Amino acid sequence: MAVLTSSSPSPPSMAQDLLNSLPKTLKLKTKQQELLIRVTTLGLIYILAFITRLFSVLRYESMIHEFDPYFNYRTTLYLTENGFSEFWNWFDSESWYPLGRIIGGTLYPGLMLTAAALYKILHFLRFAVHIREVCVLTAPFFASNTTIVAYFFGKEIWDSGAGIVAAALIAICPGYISRSVAGSYDNEGVAIFALVLTFYLFVKAVNTGSLSWSLASAFGYFYMVSAWGGYVFIINLVPLYVLVLLVTGRYSLRLYVAYNCMYVLGMLLAMQIRFVGFQHVQSGEHMASMGVFFLLQVFFFLDWVRHLLGDAKKFQAFLRITVTAAVSVGAIALGVGMASGYISPWTGRFYSLLDPTYAKDHIPIIASVSEHQPTAWSSFMFDFHILLFLFPAGLYFCFKRLSDATIFIVMYGLTSMYFAGVMVRLILVATPAVCLISAIAVSATVKNLTRVVRAKSQTIQSGSGKGSSASKGSSKGVVDNSQPFQKNGAIVLLLGAFYMLSRYAIHCTWVTSEAYSSPSIVLAARGAHGQRVIFDDYREAYFWLRQNTPPDAKVMSWWDYGYQITAMGNRTVIVDNNTWNNTHIATVGRAMSSYEDEAYDIMRSLDVDYVLVVFGGVTGYSSDDINKFLWMVRIGGGVFPVIKEPDYLVNGEYRVDKGAAPKMLNCLMYKLSYYRFGELTTEYGKPPGFDRARGVEIGNKDIKLEYLEEAFTTQNWIVRIYKVKPPKNRW
Amino acid sequence: MAKLIFVVLLTLIPILCTSFSPEKPSDRRILVLLDDFAVKSSHSLFFKSLQSRGFDLEFKLADDPKIALQRYGQYLYDALVLFCPTIERFGGSIDAAAVLDFVDSGHDLIVGADNNASDLIREIATECGVDFDEDSAAMVVDHSGYAVSSTEGDHTLIASDDFIKSDVILGSKKIEAPVLFQGIGHSLNPSNSLVLKVLSASPTAFSANPKSKLTSPPSLIGSSISLVSVIQARNNARILISGSLSMFSNRFFRSDVQKAGSPTKHDKSGNEQFFTELSKWVLHERGHLKAVNVQHHKVGETNEPSIYRINDDLEYSVEIYEWSGTTWEPYVADDVQIQFYMMSPYVLKTLSNDSKGRYFTSFKVPDVYGVFQFKIEYERLGYTSLSLSKQIPVRPFRHNEYERFIPAAYPYYGAAFSMMAGFFVFSAVHLYNK
Repeated sequence: MAVLTSSSPSPPSMAQDLLNSLPKTLKLKTKQQELLIRVTTLGLIYILAFITRLFSVLRYESMIHEFDPYFNYRTTLYLTENGFSEFWNWFDSESWYPLGRIIGGTLYPGLMLTAAALYKILHFLRFAVHIREVCVLTAPFFASNTTIVAYFFGKEIWDSGAGIVAAALIAICPGYISRSVAGSYDNEGVAIFALVLTFYLFVKAVNTGSLSWSLASAFGYFYMVSAWGGYVFIINLVPLYVLVLLVTGRYSLRLYVAYNCMYVLGMLLAMQIRFVGFQHVQSGEHMASMGVFFLLQVFFFLDWVRHLLGDAKKFQAFLRITVTAAVSVGAIALGVGMASGYISPWTGRFYSLLDPTYAKDHIPIIASVSEHQPTAWSSFMFDFHILLFLFPAGLYFCFKRLSDATIFIVMYGLTSMYFAGVMVRLILVATPAVCLISAIAVSATVKNLTRVVRAKSQTIQSGSGKGSSASKGSSKGVVDNSQPFQKNGAIVLLLGAFYMLSRYAIHCTWVTSEAYSSPSIVLAARGAHGQRVIFDDYREAYFWLRQNTPPDAKVMSWWDYGYQITAMGNRTVIVDNNTWNNTHIATVGRAMSSYEDEAYDIMRSLDVDYVLVVFGGVTGYSSDDINKFLWMVRIGGGVFPVIKEPDYLVNGEYRVDKGAAPKMLNCLMYKLSYYRFGELTTEYGKPPGFDRARGVEIGNKDIKLEYLEEAFTTQNWIVRIYKVKPPKNRW
Repeated sequence: MAKLIFVVLLTLIPILCTSFSPEKPSDRRILVLLDDFAVKSSHSLFFKSLQSRGFDLEFKLADDPKIALQRYGQYLYDALVLFCPTIERFGGSIDAAAVLDFVDSGHDLIVGADNNASDLIREIATECGVDFDEDSAAMVVDHSGYAVSSTEGDHTLIASDDFIKSDVILGSKKIEAPVLFQGIGHSLNPSNSLVLKVLSASPTAFSANPKSKLTSPPSLIGSSISLVSVIQARNNARILISGSLSMFSNRFFRSDVQKAGSPTKHDKSGNEQFFTELSKWVLHERGHLKAVNVQHHKVGETNEPSIYRINDDLEYSVEIYEWSGTTWEPYVADDVQIQFYMMSPYVLKTLSNDSKGRYFTSFKVPDVYGVFQFKIEYERLGYTSLSLSKQIPVRPFRHNEYERFIPAAYPYYGAAFSMMAGFFVFSAVHLYNK
């Protein structure tokens, strides 16, 4: 139980004190004590997982973060106001003008339905909360639930000690917190819970061979499908796992029952989600699961035939024929399906997972998203901390005690680690596996060590002088029983583990507080005297739009801000973060990278009334539109070859100062960003028009706008809104 | 543009000017600015024709320090006549920008220029897409289309009969006699798509200083020279620009005319008829359309829906009237078209009409969802442009709007249910029949 010190050092000892102080008559048996401690610890972990995610609410306020959560919030609001039927059939004419978007058919409704259900329950219990509060706290709530599932999962694959450690590790692991702080109301918030739950139930089903666990895992899968597109990971990992078991000769009837029930029912259930529809039988990404399903049938059939025949030679012949026939039928079916277009090829996102360079070369719109970039080493360290070292150790323990369950967690860990290396945001998927495997390492080590410590006491020697060679001594100590310093070494090692785990807790808290609790819609910076400066320009601009523009005004901006404009500004947008129509986005990219008169024609054809740009030159906010501009050029140029990237570069270099390319200095985005900026002195001792985000003096200070006029600029110039003028009256 | 509000350009006018109502689009109060009051009597026929049609004329000297176009943000006049070609600076608060703002607010303007026209008048004309000859002494000379007179002269008095072919602008009665012109020629700016030549010079005309010898080829030649031009701005303000002030004078109105090379001699020049009819057009007594009462609904219903479904049948109607000067008359034409538009027209249909001003049609919504517009873009020479657009979203089928049972799928229903029954029977037999 020394493990518990990792996350919450005081509670168990308090519990112990409490127990000791109880009268003798009330004294519990060891088993009961253990149960009590375990439940208390889990309860504390449950609470800890929730409260550590509240930094953002305390630092800022109860608000929705970032980009996608605003869409989720808007749809949830619609769901609670108009009911499920309207939500399911919602055709949104306020986004993707003039194409519109069928919201009900193009989203994963799990998150919204969950939040709406929580909202209904709370109201039924007479808690008059606003739906926004529910949305803000949904992710932390589900993170708490994940810890419980992680406990049971750990218990299933190792023992209850590993389960508790896993719960504690996952409760505060930054890799998970990054997507589940209060306000981060995104699909991943509930999806990780659903993912771990599905895996746990499936492993349980494989271990028990029980139809009911398998059914439960099918429902877990259904929930996952309804919540997040990452369900593709499940539907590929599970068949892969089954295949590995088959190959390693671990096929059993338990596996047969678990997989078939889970696959068939899970597939039928998943088809009920409109966005997924018939993909399970039609898309290339889902074919592996179907193949394995048929393979299992063949396997079962062969098993049965062998049982009937009882003659090894006949069976060998039969096996050869059946396998050849099955493989060729499968290959032909797949080939015909692919050729006739019935089975769709893999999507770009899927390709880019298998080949990390694919998106960069072919699909700029995927490559442009920062969370789709390959992961840097530092972010592994940042998000996993000691788990990165414990992970291989855990793998070692898993291999030492190989079972169906440990094979599963090993495969989950290895595949998700690969994906985490390909895309930054998939660290999230790897986190539960890393936590579980690390928990096995911690739990097994600590258990071994405590066993040594509790063993019959030997000659006690002072280990103070041997502290420096702790690891060496201990490793020997565990292996070799005749070692004299075994006990001391074990104590030192235990202390080391305690130190490491407490460093982990400190690191996680620091990361949560400093890095992952920023809503990104409100920016914070340190002022000259160390005080906190808040830039609330985004909301200022969106509320200006809401209150000062006609209700049917169309706002053009780069797609990043689409969801926020519709949710907060309540205005129609041309493109938004649901990047389903590349051509439409490319049209906007083309308008932004054209000269003003060409852009005007494009904007007129899209009935644009306002143009919104984000500009960080005054505040030094670096993720503004000028820094994203090359992506607009690339995406626009991908569809409209008149836009050429070299036109905006000088010797392959992107610059905005005097040496910039002439087309760059006169394109719409440059003009809108730097309009009137040349008159402004941003920093003492620097010439006017000094761009603090890029650290240069801008190259075109005398910007005249002919077809647009400035309508609004926020306090810190972060958001600038321009009105598109009507055509000239006399021309 | 506007959701559930159709932007009719002519309804914008009353927002900008209270006296000029869409109900009675003809102008009422006209400010006439003169170089000197002698013009008032020398051009009295033209002014009288305006007054006799009910216009309230106010004559001011152009350099009168008290003149103002607006007071407290309200325009005092509905139209402005500039018969002051030589003025360098207006009195009062008026300048070129104020005059152009006046036009951009939906008011009308008549400019009578002349050779020696001032930079101010030229600037106003340039802003309206009319470029006078740069040489301020230049006049339009036509050695074959001049007006025959008793003295031989320098052929700067031109008899022109090259009118724009539009009954709306020049009236239905044909102008028989040529129109006398003596003044500066202008060309139209090719980048301006709104300006029209009403009276152009003959192919043999050119623009040059008649008193000096022609040393270099004249910059303006032939029928590219415009003598009188009109512009109908996008807000339906109308502007008349003439290169000659004397065209409006009583002397030209009454003069007899004979074009060189033509045997017929007319007792009276066409000037009076030309300007009477043209001023009717400029002052919105003719050619002014309004569209009202746009309605659309599903076939068999009367209420306007907020959203259509794909493949709905709908009916659309609009009423179009023309202002006759006193009343709104039904406008009858067979070329009014409706577009059902989303980035490009999905439906383009000619509207039928009942000769009482009501235009209507019915069509099926295309099998495409999105935000559509009912669009009428009616632009005909001389008429005010009608530009109506009304936004309406079109949604796909709801999940329960599809057919519940498709006959073609009965084999599949049969297969599913027989499979279930078979499985049930099999299970029962397998489990309990040992």
